[in-house]
Amino acid sequence: MSATTKFASKPVAALDQRLTIGKLAKDNLRKVFPDHWSFLLGEIALYSFIVLLLSGTFLTLFFKPSMVEVIYQGSYVPLRGVPMSEAYASTLDISFDVRGGLLMRQVHHWSALLFVASMTVHMFRVFFTGAFRRPREINWSIGGVLLLMGLAAGFTGYSLPDDLLSGTGLRIIEGIVLSIPVVGTYLSFLVFGGDYPGDDIISRLYIAHVLLVPGLILALVGAHLLILWYQKHTQWPGPGRTEKNVVGYPLFPVYTAKAGGFFFVVSGVTVLMSALIQINPVWFWGPYDPSQVTAGTQPDWYIGWLDGMLRVMPGWEWVIFGYTLSLNVMIPSLIMPGVLTVLLLAYPAIERFATGDDREHHLLDRPRNNPTRTGIGVMAIVFYGMLWLSGGNDFVATIFQIPVNYITQFMQIGLIVLPPLAFIITRRIAIGLQRRDLERVEHGRETGVIRMTTEGEFYEEHEPVSEYEAYALMSHPRPNMIEVEPAVDENGVKNPNHKKSKRQAALNRFYWNNTVQKPTAEEMHRELDHAAHETEEHLEHEILPGGGHNPPEATRH
Amino acid sequence: MTTHSSDLEPASQGGDPLPDPGLPPHRPRLSDTDAKSAKRAERQVAAMFGIAALASLGFVAAYLALPLIEGDLVRLQLSNLALGLTLGGALFLIGLGAIQWAKKLMPDVEMVQERHPFESSPEDQAGAIAAFQAGVEESGIGRRKLIRNSLIGGMALLPLPIVFILGDLGPLNPSPPRVRASTIWGPGVRVVNDVTFEPIRPEDLQVGQLVNAMPATYKDIPETEHVDALNARAFASVILVRMELDEFEVPQGREDWDVDGILCYSKICTHVGCPISLYEQQTHNMLCPCHQSTFALAESGKVVFGPAKRPLPQLALEVDAEGYLAAQGDFAEPVGPSYWERAKFENGERI
Repeated sequence: MSATTKFASKPVAALDQRLTIGKLAKDNLRKVFPDHWSFLLGEIALYSFIVLLLSGTFLTLFFKPSMVEVIYQGSYVPLRGVPMSEAYASTLDISFDVRGGLLMRQVHHWSALLFVASMTVHMFRVFFTGAFRRPREINWSIGGVLLLMGLAAGFTGYSLPDDLLSGTGLRIIEGIVLSIPVVGTYLSFLVFGGDYPGDDIISRLYIAHVLLVPGLILALVGAHLLILWYQKHTQWPGPGRTEKNVVGYPLFPVYTAKAGGFFFVVSGVTVLMSALIQINPVWFWGPYDPSQVTAGTQPDWYIGWLDGMLRVMPGWEWVIFGYTLSLNVMIPSLIMPGVLTVLLLAYPAIERFATGDDREHHLLDRPRNNPTRTGIGVMAIVFYGMLWLSGGNDFVATIFQIPVNYITQFMQIGLIVLPPLAFIITRRIAIGLQRRDLERVEHGRETGVIRMTTEGEFYEEHEPVSEYEAYALMSHPRPNMIEVEPAVDENGVKNPNHKKSKRQAALNRFYWNNTVQKPTAEEMHRELDHAAHETEEHLEHEILPGGGHNPPEATRH
Repeated sequence: MTTHSSDLEPASQGGDPLPDPGLPPHRPRLSDTDAKSAKRAERQVAAMFGIAALASLGFVAAYLALPLIEGDLVRLQLSNLALGLTLGGALFLIGLGAIQWAKKLMPDVEMVQERHPFESSPEDQAGAIAAFQAGVEESGIGRRKLIRNSLIGGMALLPLPIVFILGDLGPLNPSPPRVRASTIWGPGVRVVNDVTFEPIRPEDLQVGQLVNAMPATYKDIPETEHVDALNARAFASVILVRMELDEFEVPQGREDWDVDGILCYSKICTHVGCPISLYEQQTHNMLCPCHQSTFALAESGKVVFGPAKRPLPQLALEVDAEGYLAAQGDFAEPVGPSYWERAKFENGERI
């Protein structure tokens, strides 16, 4: 018995006799996880969330979520004697009178930005690789809700210090609540405890920010990870990697060290950023005053697209039977976010309908091998990015010296025209890359060596790629083509599914349009033979320096 | 090695064009074959962990050695920098050390584990359904319709108390649409500067000048009623602007709303309620910095650009007996963002 075994056996036995963890530990300690940099994106989100919980707890020890008016007498001289809410005063105290308080405020804010950013990019990874397909649709939905919860957590936190900037954000929220038909005015009074701004909203946002939203996030993160654990991680296709196995490194010790280490790297980088890069210096903005605003008001980055939508929306407002319908506020703030959320959550089902592919997938797609999905993803990113830029249209105007009106008008048209264009271009590029993959497998890679035949013809020597690379490039699933079900069956009975099947088949044709069909084994064999033959032909006519024939690399048969 | 033609991926017509060659052979790292290299990696990892420990001590030292001094922003910056660099350094180096340890010294031979298809066996599925049916049967919910229906009724109304208990989150009497329709402006209320709270005479304003102002009644709000003051600022804030008499349009019904070219408008944007604040003197346009709605003050506040729909509400001015600017009354329409019932209060109807 080795020293380690001896050391571990007693406590393990004790625990096992109480919780029977033996089998659990045996099965899971050496659980294999595949390795790839893109799998770290979700980890960054997880670790930022832990940093948020830790730094946030520290902040609650000093922050007072109260709108009671106090006269500031703290350490920051320019604001002394200024009346302000206790929330704002205690935020100043955290910044100026608590050692490490400013650092923790900045850690909290930076990690909040990082949290939403890493969730977003993690979602891109999952989307573009098709990791949301069966059996992982539930985790895709949980992730989508987590992203929304991240926005909610961020916005409620952003509003707490009660500085001029955060107050302006709340005022916009009030305007949005007011735009809700029928109940909006009443709802606004319920949310704010009376007329705007009142003195209830900070303490109400506080409980949402420190308990309700993070509690929900924690529960959903737990579910997300449990499902991930149970379903096992997806992996990239390649030699030796199949739908039936997981290839990678064991949880203990390799991932314990790597993932554990990565937590420290993420938190370390966040703290270093907070030491070096200032964020949200609330003392510059001053306390919230509903009659004041600063030029160039900007929300945190993740709210930018929503603000951008509000900015580029035309001023539509209807009065119907004496009641006001503010489409200029409702559409960008309530309807569009709702529609986009539904599309996001429903995407796996939409794609399943279009491809008819209900198979289990544990091997990821390379984005090029699913050109339509990749096009849709880039289209969404372009749409989002343009909204995000619209949210900073005044900054864009200042930086590029273009009138802000032109930028808004450009976005109004561009938001409709450019995303579909991005879709078409991306799909073409993906198909081009697919063709290049096939070319590389069938004709080998370019060596850069130019040879001349006796006839004076020049050609570039190609070298077959390794069997591992060739397999990796050719192992993706084939497009699943859907046939239209006949209108009547052989007995002349009308098929009720005919119409639906027709629609599905049309969508399916659009989905796989121009996608490169990989050859069958037989076709591939013929092609490789042909390529080898061509090389030999070239060589027969070739004069080599030194007079001899340089035998080509054996081409595979 | 298996190929893809398995029950996990059936419909692949034609199979893969090339056979799966299996995992590529493992290539040993330098630290696998060279003891010296492994030793070097070990030293690197240990150095990172060691420096991390020192950095933690450095944090404590910085915490004790750099107390914050009232009004000293340089000290604050220094403290933030020292605390952040030491703590961040400690965390970062622990992480880096652990990753280096895993990458250089722990085995990097890939392991293979089996996956199991995500579907229970038909027996298990049937068993689950049977168990459920047995439960349904024993509860009798299918047979005892009275119980079922009354349960549905009982549950259906349960949300009512949950919704109604939230009713006192805000005062709903007088009704919010009415409260929202009026401000603390009223007949004869003087217009005062929003910083000095001095009343304003027409001759104090030059042509092209813009002044942020409040109603004099704002000062009457007792200091204990902080909320009322905040709410007043949120809706009663106005801007005064003076133009040449031939520079602005006077629509019908507003012939006596200006005083010698001095016009008064609500400062609250009709889009979502930001205080508009950027004044373009040449065009007499007012721009909201939040979403760039632009209002032409020379054309009775109409929207010339941006997402807002309605013009800025205008306040009718007069000169009182002592020669100061005052309001003829409250705004004729609700100020600020639109709301569902807003149009009902458009013609000066009040509580």
